[in-house]
Amino acid sequence: MNTMNCEEALQLLPVYGDGELELPRALELERHVESCAACAAALRSQRALSRAVRSAPYHRAPDALRARLRAQLPLPAETPTAAAPSLTRARQRPRRDWSRWAMPIAASLALAVGLNFMLATQRSQDSLREELIAGHVRSLQVAHLSDVISTDQHTVKPWFNGKLDYAPPVRDLAQQDFPLLGGRLDYIAHRQVAALIYGSRKHTINLYIWPAKDGELAPNSQGSEGYNLVHWRHDGMEYWAVSDLNVQELRHFAELQIAAGADKTANVPNS
Amino acid sequence: MEFRGIGLSDADIARRFDAMAAPHLDAAYNLARWLTRNPHDADDVVQEAYLRAFRFFGGFRGGGGRAWLLTIVRNTFYTWAEQRQRHKSDVEFDEAGAGLEMVEAGANEALHGANPEQLLLRAADQQLVEAALLKLPAEYREILVLRELEELSYKEIAAIVGVPLGTVMSRLSRARLQLRQQIEAMDQP
Repeated sequence: MNTMNCEEALQLLPVYGDGELELPRALELERHVESCAACAAALRSQRALSRAVRSAPYHRAPDALRARLRAQLPLPAETPTAAAPSLTRARQRPRRDWSRWAMPIAASLALAVGLNFMLATQRSQDSLREELIAGHVRSLQVAHLSDVISTDQHTVKPWFNGKLDYAPPVRDLAQQDFPLLGGRLDYIAHRQVAALIYGSRKHTINLYIWPAKDGELAPNSQGSEGYNLVHWRHDGMEYWAVSDLNVQELRHFAELQIAAGADKTANVPNS
Repeated sequence: MEFRGIGLSDADIARRFDAMAAPHLDAAYNLARWLTRNPHDADDVVQEAYLRAFRFFGGFRGGGGRAWLLTIVRNTFYTWAEQRQRHKSDVEFDEAGAGLEMVEAGANEALHGANPEQLLLRAADQQLVEAALLKLPAEYREILVLRELEELSYKEIAAIVGVPLGTVMSRLSRARLQLRQQIEAMDQP
């Protein structure tokens, strides 16, 4: 692999500092920074500036503004009738609604922590999807679709032996018009994973497989940036299919994979 | 009034809006405060933005409530600033021109900033950083606030500011460089 030069490194440093550099590039950059004092200094300087900005005041909304905004919403006023059901009254009592706007510090901290957690989970899902799509796109662009080119599952499956600490199930779906084209190692979510390549007419499907942490999950589809992703969990494996194939056909592909799992003749036994 | 019929009443919609928007009020106010540079105008902008947001709430499809609200706050600010014909220099922002000479002249030196520890010391001086930030054009100020104070991703910033990802990156670089130079200039004894 070519080592990164200073010009490239300096260009990538801000993106790296913002945590937006894709992993392989980030690793290359880290290697460069380790051995280059000038770029290491640039990184320190960049981080110092970032800390400086973060030391600037965060202006929280004044309570008076919160109150004014609430007052403008067409929320029901306090019911004057004593006969109204107590539940309704409790919900409509302005003081109680107030508390949501003029939240006590402890509660808003707890909420902030919860929201951050939710956002973090959401972000990690988003970034996983992005990584998978990036892997798919890369595989098509750099003519590095397969490390082992074979339409024979009995060739593809053993190829992974010794390269991964698990044995990905390799199924042949040529009969169902999804011919197996080959296999590849890819790097997703901080680990080496198996990528199987299938064709479907003019389209290519990358099927990523790695061991699942928990349970079964029925195929669910998610679109992003013009690509379709179908995600499922079956028999202790996590599956992500990525393709520009339309979502119905990609789901059909997922169903076929699961069905093939049940059909022992379609499987290659672990050697 | 006991039976409102089928569908959502105004009060239901207001409650839903309240539940979505309340947690993001601080973020909305912070952005408005940095853009307008004073508490009174920030109040006005946030209030106007929340009224607009409530009006458009029907078009909100869930998801990133914060980004959606910040987009509206930002648009409200620029409309407001235009109408007032104040902050002229903020509104007439020339992406290519803004600080570009400084960028070219100081790029290498600033990137390789020989003395990061020194800047670290200065960072402790909150007032200096704040004053330097307030001197930047609004477009530079807002992108630094969104990135460093709100910790939004490039993608979220691109959606809020309404520019491509590449522009987010280049604008951030320019904003940082100009801020660095501003801090250094103001720190001269």
